[in-house]
Amino acid sequence: MLLVYCPHCDVERAETEFSCRGQAHIARPSDPSQTSDEDWVNYLYVRANTKGVYAERWRHIHGCGRFFNAVRDTVSDKFLKFYKAGESMPDLEALAKEAGK
Amino acid sequence: MSQPFRTEKGGRIERAEQLTFTFDGEEMHGHKGDTLASALLANGVHLVGRSFKYHRPRGILTAGSEEPNALVGIYRNGDQTPNMRATQVELYQGLEATSQNRFPSLGFDIGAVNDRLSMFFPAGFYYKTFMWPKSFWDKVYEPVIRSAAGLGKPPKNPDHDFYGNMYAHCDVLVAGSGPAGLAAALAAAETGAKVILCDEQAEFGGSLLSEVNASVDGKSPTEWTGEAIAKLDAMDNVTLLTRTTAFGYFAHNYVALVERVTEHLSSPDPKLPRERLWQVRAKEVVIASGAIERPMVFPENDRPGILLAEAGRTYLNRYGVKVGHKVVVATACDTAWQAAFDLADHGVEVAAIVDMRETPPESLLSIAKARGIRVEAGCVVTGTLGRKRVKSALIGRLMTSGKVASGGQIDCDALLMSGGWTPTVSLYSQSRGKVVWNADMGAYVPGKSVQKERSTGGAKGLYGLQATLEDGYAAGEEAAKAAIGKSAKITHAASSGGEAGEGGTLGALPHDRNAAKVKAFVDYQNDVTAKDVKLAVREGMQSIEHIKRYTTTGMATDQGRLSNMNALQIASGALEKPVTDVGLTTFRQPYTPTTFGVFAGVARGDFFDPVRKTPSHDWVVKHGGVFEDVGQWKRTWYFPKNGEDMHAAVARECKTVRDNVGLFDASTLGKIEVVGPDAAEFLERMYTNPWKKLAPGRCRYGLLLNDAGFITDDGVIGRLAEDRFHVTTTTGGAPNVFATMEDYLQTEWPDLDVWITSTTEQYAVAAVQGPKAREVIAPFIEGIDLSNEAFPHMSVKEATFCGVPCRLFRISFTGELGFEINVSRQHGKMMWETLAKEIEKHNGTTYGTETMHVLRAEKGYIIVGQDTDGTVTPQDAGMTWAIGKKKLDFVGKRGLDRPDLVAENRKQFVGLFTKDPQVKLEEGAQVTSAENPSTGTPAEGHVTSSYFSPALGRNIALAIVKNGHALDGKTLYVPMPDGSIPVEITGPVFYDKQGARINV
Ligand SMILES: [Zn+2]
Repeated sequence: MLLVYCPHCDVERAETEFSCRGQAHIARPSDPSQTSDEDWVNYLYVRANTKGVYAERWRHIHGCGRFFNAVRDTVSDKFLKFYKAGESMPDLEALAKEAGK
Repeated sequence: MSQPFRTEKGGRIERAEQLTFTFDGEEMHGHKGDTLASALLANGVHLVGRSFKYHRPRGILTAGSEEPNALVGIYRNGDQTPNMRATQVELYQGLEATSQNRFPSLGFDIGAVNDRLSMFFPAGFYYKTFMWPKSFWDKVYEPVIRSAAGLGKPPKNPDHDFYGNMYAHCDVLVAGSGPAGLAAALAAAETGAKVILCDEQAEFGGSLLSEVNASVDGKSPTEWTGEAIAKLDAMDNVTLLTRTTAFGYFAHNYVALVERVTEHLSSPDPKLPRERLWQVRAKEVVIASGAIERPMVFPENDRPGILLAEAGRTYLNRYGVKVGHKVVVATACDTAWQAAFDLADHGVEVAAIVDMRETPPESLLSIAKARGIRVEAGCVVTGTLGRKRVKSALIGRLMTSGKVASGGQIDCDALLMSGGWTPTVSLYSQSRGKVVWNADMGAYVPGKSVQKERSTGGAKGLYGLQATLEDGYAAGEEAAKAAIGKSAKITHAASSGGEAGEGGTLGALPHDRNAAKVKAFVDYQNDVTAKDVKLAVREGMQSIEHIKRYTTTGMATDQGRLSNMNALQIASGALEKPVTDVGLTTFRQPYTPTTFGVFAGVARGDFFDPVRKTPSHDWVVKHGGVFEDVGQWKRTWYFPKNGEDMHAAVARECKTVRDNVGLFDASTLGKIEVVGPDAAEFLERMYTNPWKKLAPGRCRYGLLLNDAGFITDDGVIGRLAEDRFHVTTTTGGAPNVFATMEDYLQTEWPDLDVWITSTTEQYAVAAVQGPKAREVIAPFIEGIDLSNEAFPHMSVKEATFCGVPCRLFRISFTGELGFEINVSRQHGKMMWETLAKEIEKHNGTTYGTETMHVLRAEKGYIIVGQDTDGTVTPQDAGMTWAIGKKKLDFVGKRGLDRPDLVAENRKQFVGLFTKDPQVKLEEGAQVTSAENPSTGTPAEGHVTSSYFSPALGRNIALAIVKNGHALDGKTLYVPMPDGSIPVEITGPVFYDKQGARINV
């Protein structure tokens, strides 16, 4: 069971308090009517299946209820960073490099 | 009664306390401190079970949790727990044990014929033999295999024990309490770090408990261990757990332990759990799991009376039991010699030490000579004789040519063997660390740490008492420093004796026997021989993973702790590849077999899943209502009166609602309060319908899609004020709708000023439906003019019910005049009982979910999740009226324009009439255009709802059918096993098509 940090509550808690909601930083197109079919389908269904460093969405569902993002190495399950929803995506390559040291 | 193999003195048993136990009904005696295995051996019992496949007689092989043979059933409280390792079962007064996998008795077992027929049971036998014909599998092959092969029988009754659960956090978890683990715990505890020390055995000390030829700080190893434990026990920062196995190492240093709390007690306190699961999150872990001895793979190495050398030594020194009166010691390494010497010192005749090495160390030879022990160097055991107990060992001389020359036969009643030592890397491997091959040791040892852990002592291939202690101190210091950043000075114990030995062997040993006729076992528990592994390679298995599955070697409950290294060496030889190229299979959780009970914990029976009850529950029970489970909710299904069956009760309830009035508990519907300046804007974006112009005091049916364009939920939404909405959802959909709303609100539209709160549990809801609904509620409602003009259909208002605040909705899911009254949950019972009494006066009825379903189906109202399946659009459902045409965007709008969603031939929501009104369709049945479609014909759709309609006096159904909207009046078919049923497509609204009855 993973140990997850909630940046809203500033606590580390067991994974059972959280729910993972898949890849982060997939924004809903701002003007759907002007979005092509292909782009809309990409928004709906197409997700990376990264082996390695990956930004994903989490919700502290049995805690504060708020969404945040985490960068996790999908190979080792190590979390490299936690940040609130709305903050920009960190430099994943730099994080990977940092973790590899 | 005598225990003929008990020593005169010594060991850690309490000789003054004699215990009586039975094995297969025979009464025997042992002592407090014995395991079942040591007590059986004290009584001269080696034969304790039959093997898995060949039903060969098997004896106790080890003294630890890796035991493959001595699996027994233990009786307690009228039931039996199977597959308990006798080496771990602690003896208590009155213990009842039984052997397994034998019929009719352990001594005479019919299944043993398998051994004679073994040429028919090679590796991969099941795969090869039971392939054909397919129909034989479940009728013939499987029952036969199941009755012939196997271990214990599962218990017949529900588990009468209960199980506990503990969460724990610590700085340093030390798994294993041999010299390395003890030293690590002492060093870590000294820094003030929070330490948990666990050990699977009844006592702490590991190998120290059977060491008699060494001293630590001038004391005996057991005395020193006792003092070390007493010191740790006195420290507040230390938790000591015996009988506790660290069975699983998971991500982020989450380690699962199982503590056996009462199993060793004769009459345990019924308040205590049988076992306790410890879920430990450790900052740092020290793995001190030690090493285990390897069996030697020589022919007939599985006879009762053959044990691992260190096990023989443990039984002698710790339990005061001699494994035999005349013992042969077969070895390829130094450590087994000590077993011979200890036995000789207790007056056991050591018939010979047979060492594969041409020149064993001079130091050992001289000790053997002093004790007058015959040594056969450069020799190997090539076989054994004796049916239910080893009688003699065949000796072969290893020639320089690689061949083996017969070296005669040595009589014995026990044989101790040692192929060397294998570090126990299971926990390290579970932590996802990769083991590395150490050629000098001939062993896989832990490599780089992946998690915050380090192995110490035998677990990393380090032997010798002093070296192990030193390594343990260092590991404990390092772990504490890493966890809490502190160090502390601790005096290291100084020991003498217990030196590390040299030597060891891997794989199948050479012999001069007929290779086709002899069996040398690699995996005892799964009956896998050296031949099987070679055969697997000959038949094309290249990867160790394939060899493992084809032969089942390493797939027993010890997960190959005993067998893997030998199997690997044999495979390496057969593949003509170095061991390192063959690979090693992964050790997975659990380390030793773990009960289902400990995983289930308290989550069983009433606690398996929460039960959600509505405020009418007790009243319904009292009045004989029948419940159905809807998710976790108990909902009333129907209310049978005067012995009615379900059909009669539902028909009566339906008719009463349509003629008079009915009362229904709608409390389970999901409720979400949406509040804030942007509440209307938020709902505008979430739901298909327009909300901004909805006046306070009015309601609207809301349809919720996902962004793909498919219907996911629906419900009536009432606007109570400019900035406040009362949203209802389906019973099952409430959590998802709430989570989806939060998701969009927090991550897509954080600019909106809206709060949403789940209020499902806050309200009790009574639905009063039927022409007399107004008269029923009128006496209790204050603050609202209930007339049709003042409070028309789709109105909502806050008022009081019997003086308590309520939200009154005028809505209908039946097609009749209807109200839904929401009161605070604490008043729900009062409301229900008040209304239940009142409807009697109006010849009304309480009704359940089945009647609710029938009434709504008569009106063609969909139930999301029953009439829709996640691929239905509003157009498909004939609900385009629910879409706000002028809205620029809402969740799902863009999805609805996708090519597939506007394409021809979509399945659409329709009604069905069976041609014969008495025939009721089955929900889920396929709808086809051909009367008798050939196999493989795709269906045109399927039946989603089907009921007898009392209002129409016939059966009706709802369905989704390809191009259904264009097929009105056409005939299709529902093919069933006993004939095709012709159906006519109709609109989904069967009753009161104009909807006049709602607006009265
Ligand atoms: Zn939180």
